Amino acid sequence: MKTHEQFADDLAVYALDELTGVERQELEDHLQSCAACRRELHALRGDLGLLGLTSSGPQPPARSKDRLMRAIAAEPRGVSLPDPAPALRRSLWAILVPTLAALGLLLFVVVLWRGNGLMKDQLAELGNRNQDQSIQLEQMNQELRLLTSPDAVHVSLNPQKAPKQPNGTAIFSPSQKGMMFMASNLGPVPEGKAYELWIIPSTGAPIAAGVFKPDDHGNAIMMDHKMPEGVEAKAFAITIENQEGSDKPTSPIVLMGAVS
Amino acid sequence: MGPLEQSPLHRSDAGDEMRLVARIRAGDQQAMSELYDRYAKVVYAVSLRVLQDAAAAEDVLQDVFLQLWRNPDAFDASRGSLAAWLAVISRHRAIDRLRKRRPEVDIEDCVIAGGPDLRDETERALVIEKVRVVLAEMNPDQRKVLELAFFQGLTHTEIAEKTGEPLGTIKTRIRSGLQQLRAKFAG
Repeated sequence: MKTHEQFADDLAVYALDELTGVERQELEDHLQSCAACRRELHALRGDLGLLGLTSSGPQPPARSKDRLMRAIAAEPRGVSLPDPAPALRRSLWAILVPTLAALGLLLFVVVLWRGNGLMKDQLAELGNRNQDQSIQLEQMNQELRLLTSPDAVHVSLNPQKAPKQPNGTAIFSPSQKGMMFMASNLGPVPEGKAYELWIIPSTGAPIAAGVFKPDDHGNAIMMDHKMPEGVEAKAFAITIENQEGSDKPTSPIVLMGAVS
Repeated sequence: MGPLEQSPLHRSDAGDEMRLVARIRAGDQQAMSELYDRYAKVVYAVSLRVLQDAAAAEDVLQDVFLQLWRNPDAFDASRGSLAAWLAVISRHRAIDRLRKRRPEVDIEDCVIAGGPDLRDETERALVIEKVRVVLAEMNPDQRKVLELAFFQGLTHTEIAEKTGEPLGTIKTRIRSGLQQLRAKFAG
């Protein structure tokens, strides 16, 4: 950004109307706030005027004045205009006042219309936000009902052999027909692999209940899962399977917990 | 002919200029006729020197006076000389025409101030002679830059290319040349 002093030379070029582009814009911005530069600019124009006055030459052709006076006569104004008759003035007012009133009303309607459009947009935006918040609230309510349900069963899953002591908790509710699973201290899984949760029923084969991968800290959570109807769980377990999930456990159990 | 007789301003009277502008502001066509008689030669001379074309200079003459008729408030009679203001406006309009461009400076924005008192006709003629002397005594390179910039309408970039001088030098020469003119009338 230029300093005040750096604009000094540009002022003379600007006075000649030869400053362009960024330089012109920068100087015009500076002139807005610098009274000293404005004074210098006006003085430089005065200097240019002196320079211009040194020109000498022939008188302009006589026809030039006739041409100018004809042009001026075609654009009469001020005191040289004939005084319009009062009746004409009244009729002019009679036209002017309703016209201005109509224009004012039209302007008012346009402003209202535009304002209405903006309010509609804002209302639609608020409606969308309200809908999103309602969905989030309903999900939270479902999770809260699951956690606080009298028949909610908490199952702790403990490590079988792992040295890092990973652990997990499965919470399910037959009445809510839902379940949640949380785990921590889980080790990372190989590429293309994931942990898979199993519901071990009283009878029959383990039922796959979803795959998940822990975060960098070994934590994982599965929410909003459906509990299969008619299944009496006697235990929960997790194994490491292909990340697409498996129909049956194919690797050793990492965590397991019995329903007490 | 002496310098006073050569001056295009010899018919004006002190204080008359402001009254003339006030009458034009009021729509007095006769006042416009008087103003034309007084300053048409200034406007025409500047335009002709820039354009080197009598017909084009005549068009600029029409344009400048018609704009003053349409908008007499553009000139602030309390701040500067009407003669100097018309000279600057004429130069800008002539350059616009030379470059075949739309007018870039609105006459309302062309505020002029300072300088010697040019309201008195005799004083004006003396001032013009004094300016001519200053120009004659000026460093030839500096005078050339001023003439190229003001009368030939060359941009500072074009002048730098033409003279082989750095751009910054050209800018400084324009400014200091104008300030030399002003210094002669200071104090």
